[in-house]
Amino acid sequence: MKWSEMFTSSIGKKLVMSLTGIFLILFLIVHVSLNACIWAMDGGEMFNKGAHFMGSNVVPRILEVGLFAGLLLHIIQGFMLEFQNRSKRRQGYAVAMGSKGSKWYSRSMGILGSLILIFLVVHISDFWFPNRSNQGFLLGEEINLYDKMQVTFQELWVVILYIAGCISLAWHLLHGFQSAFRTLGVSNKKYLALLNATGIGFSIIIPFVFAMMPVSFYMGWV
Amino acid sequence: MEHYMMNLTLKVWRQKNANDKGGFESYPVKNISSEMSFLEMIDVLNEELIRDGKDPIAFDHDCREGICGACSMYIDGRPHGPWEQNTTCQLHMRAYKDGDTITIEPWRANAFPVIKDLIVDRSAFDRIIQAGGYISVNTGNAVDANAMPVEKDKADAAFAAAACIGCGACVAACKNSSALLFVSAKVSHLALLPQGSPERKSRALNMVAQMDKEGFGACTNTGACEAVCPKGISITNIARLNAEFSLAALVSQ
Ligand code: HEM
Ligand code: SF4
Ligand code: FES
Repeated sequence: MKWSEMFTSSIGKKLVMSLTGIFLILFLIVHVSLNACIWAMDGGEMFNKGAHFMGSNVVPRILEVGLFAGLLLHIIQGFMLEFQNRSKRRQGYAVAMGSKGSKWYSRSMGILGSLILIFLVVHISDFWFPNRSNQGFLLGEEINLYDKMQVTFQELWVVILYIAGCISLAWHLLHGFQSAFRTLGVSNKKYLALLNATGIGFSIIIPFVFAMMPVSFYMGWV
Repeated sequence: MEHYMMNLTLKVWRQKNANDKGGFESYPVKNISSEMSFLEMIDVLNEELIRDGKDPIAFDHDCREGICGACSMYIDGRPHGPWEQNTTCQLHMRAYKDGDTITIEPWRANAFPVIKDLIVDRSAFDRIIQAGGYISVNTGNAVDANAMPVEKDKADAAFAAAACIGCGACVAACKNSSALLFVSAKVSHLALLPQGSPERKSRALNMVAQMDKEGFGACTNTGACEAVCPKGISITNIARLNAEFSLAALVSQ
């Protein structure tokens, strides 16, 4: 079987979703850890040091290209799967099955993903884009991202939008985390139970910590 | 359980043939015993329709004891009706009470086109089996049943997967019309046994390829299939098939 045949089969497409999804989960761990430096109570010094390293060192900047590639692949494959899967039942049911046997968020990965995408467009144009364009997209001088956050999160609607983005991410991951490992072929009940529990913890804690960032700025906690 | 009689209203999908647009028809059914099976209740209605010179409702059935997988009906928003791990033919009228309205639809999936009324064409499943759901055996005398040792755990898991009756409820329940629960049951059943090992890799690759060709969707792991499966096939089998497929694809030339 050629690579192209493997990754265009129904299971192969899900492998792409799963691998890019796990890659994005790993990115979230890095992102949340670095951003947690805003709570160092040092006027953003530690946070800006971290942000500076990520923006000025070649290694994270190369990884950044990989991140965008992975994200793009996940989004495009996600939408394609969603549309292809929807087209497999031309005539629907008069009485919908609804939640008999499945959770609403597991059936709404496309919608939840779209909500995350809307959030990401706003989020990237709030911070990443102004910073990188200031750098000439190479390794030029960065803007003070802590101050930028301070200003951005004074607007209530921005804070609400960020919280909504985090909630969408939480639901997306609540199904996606364990699903990704099933797609990879983990069928051992012992490990599935472990992954399930880890997934629930991850999906609640990580988006919650993210959501507390704009809240902290808005409430003047940092 | 106490015996009782009931009057019901059925809303049934009627469609003359594959090209007909089709639509719902309502039928009152009277004096139905709580001890009848669901299919017997439809038999009663059909007798009446025939007596009135009308076309009886076409539906699939064969064994009427929950083992052949023919009785495909989507009843009130659930394949095989309201009971857990149950086929339509084993659903009994004590599940209903006087005055109930029951809506009956055929399985809906592009890969299962309607032939007439509630009967759909499930030959796609046969072609998936033909693509790899078999094993090679030597001709000659039958081997002694216990000649080949099989671990108890594996024998049990293989047997649980082999319980799949190919009814298609998993496809009917899935938002993607995915057939992965069915295919994973068939692949697991043989992959776990030494008898299935010669074609283990080609089986996973070929059955998945045929499944895709037939127009079933991809799996989102929602679990709706497992919830309606009359034989309790676990979605763990799907994870096993994912591994079988990926490993076979990676090592193939
Ligand atoms: C940017 C917009 C996003 C879109 C449009 C999107 C879309 C999707 C869709 C449609 C699926 C389900 C595919 C299927 O099961 O058929 C999915 C699965 C998944 N997504 Fe996303 N997603 C997005 C962002 C994210 C992010 C930020 C993460 C993680 C941090 C993520 C992690 C996952 C995981 C782990 C899965 C499960 C893969 C599997 O079931 O094997 N997604 N995504
Ligand atoms: S897996 Fe279950 S629902 Fe699907 S065809 Fe087999 S018996 Fe029917
Ligand atoms: S008629 Fe055979 S399983 Fe229902």
